[in-house]
Amino acid sequence: MSYTLIAVLLMALVTYIPRVLPISIFRKEIKSKYIKSFLQYVPYAVLGALTFPDIINSTGNYKTALFGTVVALILAYMEKSLVLVALGSILTVLVMGIVF
Amino acid sequence: MGTYLPNKKDFVYGFKRGFPIALGYIPVSFTFGLMAVNGGISPLMAVFISLTNLTSAGQFAGTNLIIEGAGFFEITLTTFIINIRYMLMSLSLSQKINPGISLLQRLIFGFGITDETFSIASVEKGKLSYYYMMGLITGPIVGWSFGTALGAFTCSALPQSISNAMGIALYAMFIAIIIPPARKSKSILMIILVSIGINMLLKYIPLFSFISSGFRVIIATILGAGTGAALWPIEDERKE
Repeated sequence: MSYTLIAVLLMALVTYIPRVLPISIFRKEIKSKYIKSFLQYVPYAVLGALTFPDIINSTGNYKTALFGTVVALILAYMEKSLVLVALGSILTVLVMGIVF
Repeated sequence: MGTYLPNKKDFVYGFKRGFPIALGYIPVSFTFGLMAVNGGISPLMAVFISLTNLTSAGQFAGTNLIIEGAGFFEITLTTFIINIRYMLMSLSLSQKINPGISLLQRLIFGFGITDETFSIASVEKGKLSYYYMMGLITGPIVGWSFGTALGAFTCSALPQSISNAMGIALYAMFIAIIIPPARKSKSILMIILVSIGINMLLKYIPLFSFISSGFRVIIATILGAGTGAALWPIEDERKE
């Protein structure tokens, strides 16, 4: 098996296990409010760290990326949908790419 | 619950609920297809990744590490840490589904738990059936793979300026997910800032330059969410 295939199967396994383990085994609720809180906070912490500062390098030009980031932040603050925030950000980068 | 073909009715209803999610997945998975192929992954492998992983953040991070040639341990641990959040969703759904659903059925529909399908399932009224869950996840699975295929196979046909611009799509989507809750909750905002701060310290301070990008995110996540759990534990607001 190739390096990529093994890596992908490992990824699939550790994506599948957290999805099915609790729903298959735990029929009771977690008691510890600290563990529950930690698990609830994980998505925000992980998405924050995945996004910043790497978003600045996502378009190959930090100036266009900066404008795209600001537009995404504004649209997200206005609670626009995922698709709208993504498209607005992409369009901004495209337009700014003509300027810079 | 109807008595006449309730399974089919549940499936169709679930499918209708999942359809908007499927549409929303297309631009993001399109970007994934582009990114993977640009990094040297074959188009078929890119679609295979989407079919078997069905997740955004974990799959983007894992694939990036594959492109960098990282070790199996780092790839597996990074993907796992990013996906730990599914345990909470899975746990939460275990209280929400019909208790009579068999283990095998749980193992099947559980594959389709994502941030978005979970959100929709959580707001339904009453207990959820196996057929509802299967209907709900069908569209998103197809949409995620279809978008990946589009991105992966049209990659070389796209002008460079467009494929560059699409690189920001995933990050914009992450921003769209975290900003609305951060606006309403000061603790969530603080957790995001702590996590980003630690991530940047580890990235820019030369002393920590031996830490790879995958482990940076893991450390930032654990410290960020850990700080949140210690300082602002969430009290149970409702009993069922």
